[in-house]
Amino acid sequence: MTDTQDNNTTISKTLYERIGGEGAVNASVDLFYRKVLNDYRINRFFDNSDMDKQIAKQKAFFTMTFGGPNNYTGGDMRDAHARLVKMGLDNSHFDAVMEHLGTALVEG
Amino acid sequence: MESVLTVVKMYKLTIEDNTYNCKPDETVLDALLRENVNISYACKKGTCHSCVVRSPDILPPEVAQAGLKNTLKKRNHFLACLCHPEYDMVIKLPDQSEFYTEGIIVVNELLNRNTLLLIIAFKNAFEFNAGQFVNLQRPDGLTRSYSIANTQQESNTLEFHIRRLPNGKFSEWLHDELKTGDTIAVSEPRGHCFYLPERSEQGLLLVGTGTGLAPLAGILTDALAHGHSGPIYLFHGSRDLEDLYRINEMRRLAEQHQNFHYIPCLSGKHVPEGFRHGRVNDIVLASLPDLKGWRVFLCGHPDMVKQMKTMTFLNGAASADIYADAFLATPS
Ligand SMILES: Cc1cc2nc3c(=O)[nH]c(=O)nc-3n(C[C@H](O)[C@H](O)[C@H](O)COP(=O)(O)OP(=O)(O)OC[C@H]3O[C@@H](n4cnc5c(N)ncnc54)[C@H](O)[C@@H]3O)c2cc1C
Ligand code: HEM
Ligand code: FES
Repeated sequence: MTDTQDNNTTISKTLYERIGGEGAVNASVDLFYRKVLNDYRINRFFDNSDMDKQIAKQKAFFTMTFGGPNNYTGGDMRDAHARLVKMGLDNSHFDAVMEHLGTALVEG
Repeated sequence: MESVLTVVKMYKLTIEDNTYNCKPDETVLDALLRENVNISYACKKGTCHSCVVRSPDILPPEVAQAGLKNTLKKRNHFLACLCHPEYDMVIKLPDQSEFYTEGIIVVNELLNRNTLLLIIAFKNAFEFNAGQFVNLQRPDGLTRSYSIANTQQESNTLEFHIRRLPNGKFSEWLHDELKTGDTIAVSEPRGHCFYLPERSEQGLLLVGTGTGLAPLAGILTDALAHGHSGPIYLFHGSRDLEDLYRINEMRRLAEQHQNFHYIPCLSGKHVPEGFRHGRVNDIVLASLPDLKGWRVFLCGHPDMVKQMKTMTFLNGAASADIYADAFLATPS
C-alpha cells in the first residue's frame, strides 16, 4: 500500500524535484561548465563569454529542461550561435558539449 | 520561432512635453544621450544603477529591471542602459534627491604617488555592506563608481581609495580640486561583492590590483570582525612598489591574526625582499592550486578579474562562491 502511495508522489514530481532542485542544478551546471572550459576542442568558443552570464543562462536552461520553475529570457538561439558558426562551430563541437552534459548529469 | 523577417520598429519615448525616437537596436539611454537629454550614467551595462528612470504607466521589460531592489521594481523603475523598448514609453527622469545623499569631505590625502584616500562623512548612518560601491556625482552630473573601503561599524563615514588616471575626468577632479569641507553627492550603496558572516571555517581568497584593495580591505575588516576562522589570503598586485599601499598595516594585521596571510606582488623589474615577483594571477594560482570549497573575491583591473573568475572556477571554486567587481571604465 505504502508502495503505491510513494510511486504516485514520485511520478507527480517533476524531474527537477527528483534530481534535487536548485542545489543539484547549481552543482551540475558548475560541473558541466568546468568540463566545457577544460576541453581544448571547444573552449575557444567561450573565450569572450562572461562567466557569470553564461552560468546563469545554463542554470535557467537546465532548470527549464527539467521542468523546474523558470524565467528563461535568453535571446534567439540562432542569433546566439551565429557568431560561433563563423568561428567554425560544427557538429563535432556539439557532440563534445553533449558528452559533458551527459557526464555532468550522471556525476552531479 | 518568430517570423524570420526582422520588423524594424521605432518606439516613441516621451519625457514631459518632449517626444524622442528610439531607433531599433538603441537602448533608451543611447536614444536619450543622442538627443542630448541630460541623464546620468556611468557603466552602460547594468552595474552602477546610475541610469535608473521610471515608466509611470506600463511595466518596463523584465531585463531592464535586473538587479534592482524589489521596492524599485514595483514602482516601475528600470535601467535605461538595459532597456530596449517593446512599446512606446513615457519616461520619468529621477529627481536626483531621491537617490543621492550629500556628504562632506573630511579626509583628503595621498596613500601613495597616485592614490587618494578620501573620507566622506554623513549626518545620518549610511547603511551598506563592506565591499559595496557607490556612485559619486560631480555638480555637472558626471558620475563614476567607487568602492567603499571601510566597514559600517566605523561611524557615519565612507572611505575611498581613488587612483589618478592620466586625463581621467573624474579622478583628476577628485585629486586636484576637491578639498576637505567640500560637499559631494553620493548614491545608495550597490553591488553584490561583499562578505556574509556564514560558513566561518571556509577559506577566503581576496585578489586585487591597484585600488582593487579598497573593497577587499572592507571585506577583510568585516570578516575578521565577525571572527572568520578559516584561512584568509590577500594578494595585492601592481607593477611597481610605489603603486602598492597599506603594506605595513596589512603586515601588522597578518601578525595579529594567525589565519590571515598577506602577499604583496610586483610584476615590474624591481622587487625588494618580502614581495613576490610576477603577475598576481600566476602567483595566486601557483600558491593555491585547489580552491574547492573556497570563497573568492576579485576586484580591480577588468582583465585580471575576468581571467581570475575563470581560473579560480577551474581550480575548484563553485561559481556561486566567486564574487567580483571589475573596475570598468565608462565607455565614452
Ligand atoms: C564597480 C566599480 C568600482 C570601482 N571602484 C573604484 C575604486 O575603488 N577606486 C578607483 O580608483 N576606481 C574605481 N573604479 C573606476 C572608476 O569608476 C572610474 O572608471 C575611474 O576613476 C576613471 O574615471 P575618470 O573619469 O577619472 O576617467 P575617464 O575620464 O573616464 O577615462 C580617462 C581615460 O582613461 C582610460 N582608462 C580607463 N580606465 C583605465 C585604466 N584602468 N588604465 C588606463 N587607462 C584607463 C579611458 O579609456 C579614458 O581614455 C570602479 C569602477 C567600477 C565599475
Ligand atoms: C543543444 C545544444 C545547445 C543548446 C540548447 C544551447 C543553448 C544556448 C543558449 C540558450 C544560449 C543563450 C542565448 C542567449 O541568451 O542569447 C547559448 C549561448 C551560447 N552557446 Fe550554446 N547551446 C548549444 C550548443 C552549443 C555548442 C555546441 C557551443 C560551442 C561549443 C555553444 C556555445 C555557446 C556560447 C559561447 C554561447 C554564448 C554566446 C554569447 O554570449 O555571445 N553552444 N547557447
Ligand atoms: S546601470 Fe545603466 S549606466 Fe550603469
